[in-house]
Amino acid sequence: MNDLSPEDRKAALKGLGTSRKRVEDVRFTQGKGNYVDDIRLPGMLHGDFVRSPYAHARVKSVNAEAAKAVPGVVAVLTAADLAPLNLHWMPTLAGDRQMVLADGKVLFQGQEVAFVVAKDRYALADAIEKVEVDYEDLPVIVDPFQALEPGATVLREDLTELTGAHGPRRHPNHIFRWEAGDREATEQVIGAADVVAKEMIHYPRTHPCPLETCGCVASMDKVNGKLTVWGTFQAPHVVRTVASLLSGIEEHNIRIVSPDIGGGFGNKVGVYPGYVCAIVASIVTGVPVKWVEDRMDNLMATAFARDYWMQGRIAATRDGRITALDVHVTADHGAFDACADPTKFPAGFFHICTGSYDIPVAHVAVDGVYTNKAPGGVAYRCSFRVTEAAYFIERMIEVLAIELGIDSAELRRRNFIRKDQFPYQSALGWEYDSGDYHTAWDKALAAVGYDALRAEQAQRIADFRAGKTRKLLGIGVAHFTEIVGAGPVKNCDILGMGMFDSCEIRIHPTGSAVARLGTISQGQGHATTYAQILASEIGLPADSITIEEGDTETAPYGLGTYGSRSTPVAGAAAAMVGRKIRAKAQMIAAWMLEVHDGDLDWDVDRFVVKGAPERFKTMKDIAYASYHSAIPGLEPGLEAVSYYDPPNMTYPFGAYVAVLEIDVDTGVHEVRQVYALDDCGTRINPMIIEGQVHGGATEAYAIAMGQEMAYDEIGNCKNATLMDFFLPTAWETPHYTTDHTETPSPHHPIGAKGVGESPNVGGVPAFSNAVHDAFRAFGLRQSHMPHDHYRVWKIAHDLGMHG
Amino acid sequence: MPRKQAISLTVNGEIRELLVEPRELLIHVLREGLGLTGPHIGCETSHCGACTVDMNGGSVKACTVFAVQADGAEITTIEGLGSPGALHVLQETFREHHGLQCGYCTPGMITRAHRLLQENPRPTEAEVRFGMAGNLCRCTGYQNIVKAILAAADRMAAMQEAAE
Repeated sequence: MNDLSPEDRKAALKGLGTSRKRVEDVRFTQGKGNYVDDIRLPGMLHGDFVRSPYAHARVKSVNAEAAKAVPGVVAVLTAADLAPLNLHWMPTLAGDRQMVLADGKVLFQGQEVAFVVAKDRYALADAIEKVEVDYEDLPVIVDPFQALEPGATVLREDLTELTGAHGPRRHPNHIFRWEAGDREATEQVIGAADVVAKEMIHYPRTHPCPLETCGCVASMDKVNGKLTVWGTFQAPHVVRTVASLLSGIEEHNIRIVSPDIGGGFGNKVGVYPGYVCAIVASIVTGVPVKWVEDRMDNLMATAFARDYWMQGRIAATRDGRITALDVHVTADHGAFDACADPTKFPAGFFHICTGSYDIPVAHVAVDGVYTNKAPGGVAYRCSFRVTEAAYFIERMIEVLAIELGIDSAELRRRNFIRKDQFPYQSALGWEYDSGDYHTAWDKALAAVGYDALRAEQAQRIADFRAGKTRKLLGIGVAHFTEIVGAGPVKNCDILGMGMFDSCEIRIHPTGSAVARLGTISQGQGHATTYAQILASEIGLPADSITIEEGDTETAPYGLGTYGSRSTPVAGAAAAMVGRKIRAKAQMIAAWMLEVHDGDLDWDVDRFVVKGAPERFKTMKDIAYASYHSAIPGLEPGLEAVSYYDPPNMTYPFGAYVAVLEIDVDTGVHEVRQVYALDDCGTRINPMIIEGQVHGGATEAYAIAMGQEMAYDEIGNCKNATLMDFFLPTAWETPHYTTDHTETPSPHHPIGAKGVGESPNVGGVPAFSNAVHDAFRAFGLRQSHMPHDHYRVWKIAHDLGMHG
Repeated sequence: MPRKQAISLTVNGEIRELLVEPRELLIHVLREGLGLTGPHIGCETSHCGACTVDMNGGSVKACTVFAVQADGAEITTIEGLGSPGALHVLQETFREHHGLQCGYCTPGMITRAHRLLQENPRPTEAEVRFGMAGNLCRCTGYQNIVKAILAAADRMAAMQEAAE
């Protein structure tokens, strides 16, 4: 390696900026992944739930005698069995509490009523059918507006105080009101504005639906008093702390392992009754107990996403300068407030809803509401409520453009925060770290040939009116600003745990290493990309660095992977730990070369004596010396740990364009073009970034064009199978063109911002705006997602386009 | 409980004799009976394709096949497609083209793609997309999966040509 040029040595590291192939893939492509359901332990039992068919009912009795008589059945747990342990309820991440098993009543269809444990899954299924539950049905509320009406049926009879985790509640079905910004000033500007556009923007309830459902294997070893739980946990360390607090088992006696996870997308952040019941069942039976959901359980009962009704007003001058923004959100949280947000933010980071625009004054109010639907409200491939915020502002901009008669791309350009305004203080309290929106926007519009598309659209409209075609052209544009990387410990925590993250590294004598982090990959490729960050920092090849995560027994404490926080927080910890290694390595190299450490320069993978390039020590040499030499004043070995508390969030941004052909008579669409420009700051692995964009954009396409968790008036979930819940196949998924600009974060050690969720944030408004844009010339202003064929047909029908 | 029945399967070239309940699903027998955890369970309704295996020269979703239906069948799972020292071309191209992320759909995807390329050795992109539509992926957006399959078709054709 010593004869190589610095460029060649750098390339050999496969560090930052390299499209390094993924190290995970060798196992996965050979079927050698190790997911929760692959785990089989000696004597292991299976557990599963009796679930409520009712959305709201009293549970008068649970009779498990017939079930217990099924051969192979070991136990049936009900709330009465859990109550003495005080585990029949559990705390949620949002400061509420949730029933583990039905305690006198059920509040949503699919709610857990009893937990049956049996020797095999077939006996288990037989027994579940034999549990007799006597229900008395109660009035059901699925509409959050009805829930707040005076005299509405009280859903949460267990909550006797009109005060919750986030302050006063004004109705028994009200959870919280949360506000940001300046209400009075906003009202004043709106009252005196040239133009005010008002609109209700609905972001329907959907579900992250990872391909692997949630599950766990709990194993209580009664001999040594240790509890081990393998599970689909996006935040294993927090799960350990919660498990300890709930069970009373000391934290050092609990080991939580997240093995390979088959996609999470927010669904695997929360703590579910299945985890609690499997743990209790293992403690009761003394043998391991596995609980794995089926798909219907997953869709019906684990955390949903979105379900925001956003009533907006946006004010502007006649020439298109936005002067104020106001939004009131009615947030349907379902039966229990189980949102996964940092504690102080019950509406997540929704107040990023001024988006990419320099809006002088703004106000947000969010009312959380209980209904008879599944609990949740997780960030489905986005940072906390950021997709809702981006969708809201990007729809409001379109509505304002209609009101003003200005092209919406131009309206955006007039209002973007300028490059020289960063760091930018938003009216709702954020400090945007860096951005160059105009450059990204102009690049995107030029790439898609925006002007030519508009000319083609004008011709198409003329042709349609002349009866020459029945297809419309929709051009959907969106510019988004995300806020990710939660977050500074001073204002972000989950159940009191500050949202730092961590990296620990041990360099072995022969110059390879193992690094462990507090996050956990669910497909993001951490084992590949973290090693790249470390390789660039410490000068050892990425191929010589093993990355481990997810085992609380070995990995340092961290808050896990969601909200695009792995790169901004744990990635920063990796860079910092690398710098600590380098600092010690410099001392060792100075001793080896018999020079002052200030006389050394770092050069890719080695320290070189200033002015004497032939005198150097590589990191590999240094690693060996750290173990075999007695170096005065230095401890042996080469190890470091970093707990990184980010000074600020990061603010990735991007420009997305979707072009759709829409058949007016059938509502069927064809995606002609999708262009995705992302600026995620410093790019670690361009191949993985592109893959993340493809995947996130596909989820965005699904959400905008068909995904929905719908309920009928008695609370039946209508989309609880993959027959009814839209997951696009390879056939309907469009082709993507990706692009980028690179504006590093000024406060992140390597300038990286995170990207996994950007395409979902930018993609949804781009697809939805394309549908709206197709019908704009015919009078459409707002039509709620999802834009499935029927709903698009209905738009045309309601506009009188079917003759 | 209904009486168990004896079945015989040839799985990845090995004959396996088993006793199964008539209602037992092939995916459970493969994963739990034979320890082949490559094929996964994603939906149990044959929509997602994570459990795809090859049975008698056709792709089946093992979550909706009774094990007794497979009596006498030749079955290939992902474990039978390549070995650590000699990966199947698709296993290589999926990695090269970043055709996987969380890896959960991957065994089913590759097993299905393997059969697709037997049925149609030189597919167009549209034929790949149509032929793979029974296998869902939540991570990749399919673009790189399609690329990987087309690249495998090219490489297999080149190998064929070289052999001839």
